[in-house]
Amino acid sequence: MSEVTVQGGQEVVGVGRIEGPILVVEGAVNVSYDEVVEIQDSRGQIRRGRVLEVGEGFAVIQAFAGSTGLSIDGTRVRFLGNTLHIPVTEEMLGRIFDGLGNPIDGGPEPLTDHYADVNGQPINPTARIYPRDYIQTGISTIDGVNTLLRGQKLPLFSGAGMPHDQLAAQIVRQATLGKVAGAPQTEGEEFAIVFAAMGVKNDVADYFRRSFTESGALTRVAMFLNLADDPPVERIVTPRAALTLAEYLAYEREMHVLVVLTDMTNYGEALRQISNVRGEVPSRKGYPGYLYSDLASMYERTGRIRTSKGSITQIPILTMPNDDITHPMPDLTGYITEGQIVLGRELNFAGIYPPVAVLPSLSRLMKDGIGKNRTRDDHPRWGAQLYAAYAKTQDVRALASVIGEEELSEVDQKYLKFGRAFEREFVNQSFTENRTIERTLEIGWKLLSMLPKKELTRVTLDEIAQYYKGDDASN
Amino acid sequence: MSDQVGTITWISGPVVRARGSRNVGMLELVEVGTERLVGEVIGLKGDQMTVQVYEETAGMQTGAPVYGTGLPLSVELGPGLIQSIYDGVQRPLPLIEAAMGSFINRGARFDPISREKKWKFSPRVKVGDEVKGGAILGAVMETDTLEHRIMLNPDDSGTVTWVAAAGEYTVTDAIAKVKVGKEEKSVSMLQRWPVRRARPFTNRRGANIPLITGQRILDTFFPVAKGGAAGIPGPFGSGKTVTQHSIAKWADAEVIVYIGCGERGNEMTEVLQEFPHLVDPRTGRPLMERTVLIANTSNMPVAAREASIYTGITIAEYYRDMGYHVALMADSTSRWAEALREVSGRLEEMPAEEGYPAYLAGRLAEFYERAGYVDNLNGTQGSVSIVGAVSPPGGDFSEPVTQHTKRFIRCFWALDKSLASARHFPAINWLDSYSEYIDDVAAWWREKVGKDWLTMRNRAMELLSEESRLSQIVKLVGPDALPYTERMVLETTRLIREGILQQNATEAVDAYSSVEKQIRLLELVLYFHERGMAIIKRGAPINLIHDLPVVDTIIRAKSTVTNEEMHKFDDIQKQIDEQMGQLDAEYRS
Ligand SMILES: Nc1ncnc2c1ncn2[C@@H]1O[C@H](COP(=O)(O)OP(=O)(O)OP(=O)(O)O)[C@@H](O)[C@H]1O
Ligand SMILES: [Mg+2]
Repeated sequence: MSEVTVQGGQEVVGVGRIEGPILVVEGAVNVSYDEVVEIQDSRGQIRRGRVLEVGEGFAVIQAFAGSTGLSIDGTRVRFLGNTLHIPVTEEMLGRIFDGLGNPIDGGPEPLTDHYADVNGQPINPTARIYPRDYIQTGISTIDGVNTLLRGQKLPLFSGAGMPHDQLAAQIVRQATLGKVAGAPQTEGEEFAIVFAAMGVKNDVADYFRRSFTESGALTRVAMFLNLADDPPVERIVTPRAALTLAEYLAYEREMHVLVVLTDMTNYGEALRQISNVRGEVPSRKGYPGYLYSDLASMYERTGRIRTSKGSITQIPILTMPNDDITHPMPDLTGYITEGQIVLGRELNFAGIYPPVAVLPSLSRLMKDGIGKNRTRDDHPRWGAQLYAAYAKTQDVRALASVIGEEELSEVDQKYLKFGRAFEREFVNQSFTENRTIERTLEIGWKLLSMLPKKELTRVTLDEIAQYYKGDDASN
Repeated sequence: MSDQVGTITWISGPVVRARGSRNVGMLELVEVGTERLVGEVIGLKGDQMTVQVYEETAGMQTGAPVYGTGLPLSVELGPGLIQSIYDGVQRPLPLIEAAMGSFINRGARFDPISREKKWKFSPRVKVGDEVKGGAILGAVMETDTLEHRIMLNPDDSGTVTWVAAAGEYTVTDAIAKVKVGKEEKSVSMLQRWPVRRARPFTNRRGANIPLITGQRILDTFFPVAKGGAAGIPGPFGSGKTVTQHSIAKWADAEVIVYIGCGERGNEMTEVLQEFPHLVDPRTGRPLMERTVLIANTSNMPVAAREASIYTGITIAEYYRDMGYHVALMADSTSRWAEALREVSGRLEEMPAEEGYPAYLAGRLAEFYERAGYVDNLNGTQGSVSIVGAVSPPGGDFSEPVTQHTKRFIRCFWALDKSLASARHFPAINWLDSYSEYIDDVAAWWREKVGKDWLTMRNRAMELLSEESRLSQIVKLVGPDALPYTERMVLETTRLIREGILQQNATEAVDAYSSVEKQIRLLELVLYFHERGMAIIKRGAPINLIHDLPVVDTIIRAKSTVTNEEMHKFDDIQKQIDEQMGQLDAEYRS
């Protein structure tokens, strides 16, 4: 990471054009692409911005705090000669910052000479370590069937009014290094937490702060807050600032870092707004064509590298507009992240917490972090079997709604019972319940035992012999 | 050797404009800014040039210089490509890591192919031989099993005036001299080739040998031929990457080129960490020893992502020219199309559908056209097969990239979200997928495997489409309303779905099925069907068939019977005979 000193660069008085948060400055020479600027209004107030485009004698600038109060003649723009950097130090844990990384908790500026570019740099794929260590979250729908690994990016896809904040808080509170089933529960390794809020209400930020305080984690948390009433353009920087600190902690201080980003949908809106003001050709729903690359430039800042013991695990939260998973934000996120945890409206109505819709949820890295010597030998097949059985339940439910439950075959009736029990006993757990992996596996087998053995083709016959507890006496 | 040809006047992301010389060539490689970042000229107008830059442009200034090179964007070809991992413009990632650490910095310049390493060369020509473009001048063993044939540049031909004696040489040492016209050219093992120009061949041949992938739904149901092109579209998380990894692992090609184009870093790392430990079933050597990786992940510069596809296909063609079968995987072509769109957007070109430039279809066509089974210039035969992943927004196949891709491929493996959520993997929908190579490869199955694959395959497809019709009825009235003969169809199609189509890529025995195992499984299932149907027709109730223990045995056979234990299928057939035989006897009277 490079050190920077801010040299006073050229200053231009007056701007040519102001449109939304975008200023066009004329008469600047040798401006660098993506350079940071200081914008001074006629009363001497300073706000920051950055260069989006440079041409001969002009530069297009995005003002992070918007353009309110700026005038054509009374605005001065000073070019700082460098891209946006923030200070990074371990002391930032326990602190609260605004969306650009300035302290807002009344404390001093972080004392360090370590400054890092908020854009980061791509990790060389040859330098990565493939994630293999699972994180026990104590939540069956995650540990059991959508296992989270250290160094994974796994978003929560939710909708307005659903308990994604609670679920994220519970994950953060309970997360410990996973162990082989049956191994003694030791004091879990603790994660450092970097939390970034983009455009969420103050009570959401407050909720997390309280939750961190109650679990005694507050000293391990750095919060970057751009709330609903903060300038939207600043949101473009907030997750990047957070990830810049996370990278420092993980790769230079060798910590395990959990990053929670909420709500990425608000981030996307800010990006769309800037793109529209600039008159760029939109792709879908008005979002710019580079949305995928832009999101990837943040989500890919997750993982493990060979030169550090630390890791970055990302849990971005997205509320899906109209619960539509094909909306560009969840869609492109899903194309980048290593799976997704989807919350379901119906389960939520039914009072199930956490309302994880198991079928559309997925952890792509799960296969590499579970099984023999990691969780338990039967875990992968057990998981596939639960999925298959629950998927079949959906078909049976559809059929039952047409012909009536009584008309269902005996086996199908068993599936109905299985489905209900699965939701009430496996998916459902309390906000404070922290299940061990063996407990989760046990509940799963208990549920599978409600079905005839013949239906269980995903698990081996040996596994059936060992774990099946049902009254099907065949074979 | 490079002169300043312009001065930067405008910068927007990866696109830079400069003013200067009128002698810069279209698609010329240039060096941009004081850091001399690599770029390519993509537009010329008067004294103004537009350049796409293959590295991050943050911090670059207007007024900075642009240098010309006089050369088009090219790749280096020669021994040492195999087992390499490059970025989209062929920069070797391990050397970048060694020099810069875990993160990729700007301005890295390294030789794609080692100049130090010596190769044991043996000549194949002698002084006085007339050699044409592509002629094999000699060979080195690139790995224990892969002979790398040193070929004359396709554009040259002439008389050999000198050949190096057998011995050890670096890639830049002269290994022959060829008199081309009046000029005597010194030839080394290294050649450069412009990535956007397809390497020439003599003649395109029909594609009628299947590329065997060990994946049952592909080989048995929707085969792609060697030299063919297949597209694999699907929403996120439906299995494009896992399927492509499986093909890269198990396909019966001699060389694999895997392009990670705008996808995840971890997926490339997975290949890098896994392939050296997996054994190629045909050579007994680690899979890495036939693989070239191109990794331009989603967070790497977008213009280099655009180039990565061309870098990969040129390397593939080069091995084809030696007489090899090469399979190229591109994951994902949608990200490549988006890179085109992004650059086009910055140029403010007139967009066609969904912001994509009007030339999208043309570029896709050019890419897939580079697949083929050909007679090479040197008389050998080789092939490049392409498997391109497509990532349609929202999983909607009506979008431009999927639609245009469909025009240029002959094999379509449609991934299906609902199959994936039910964890039916590979989630390739058998009703939406197609292969236009089926009739072409039928003869191969007859001759090489000795089975009437075509008839069996079509019979299974018939049953599956019958199932789809029946399940509509079941959804309305329940299965009990169906006559037993139709329920027999459903029993069999369950065996096809669970016992054949489903294939777990993460399970050692199941991950790769030999063609013999594939056809035998299919044969057994169809045998089960014929015998079962006969019994049902005699009036036996369906549950007797459903409850036969052999049903479970057949479903599990894919993971209980290894490729080496073909005799076990005879046992299963015996079990069918015994169990069905009993029923048969009961209902015969
Ligand atoms: N043949 C298979 N066997 C076992 N699991 C599979 C198979 N195919 C897919 N999967 C499962 O599905 C997950 C998603 O597959 P994959 O990563 O290939 O999706 P994708 O289509 O490439 O998604 P994206 O477009 O987001 O890259 C895998 O992580 C794995 O869990
Ligand atoms: Mg993929």
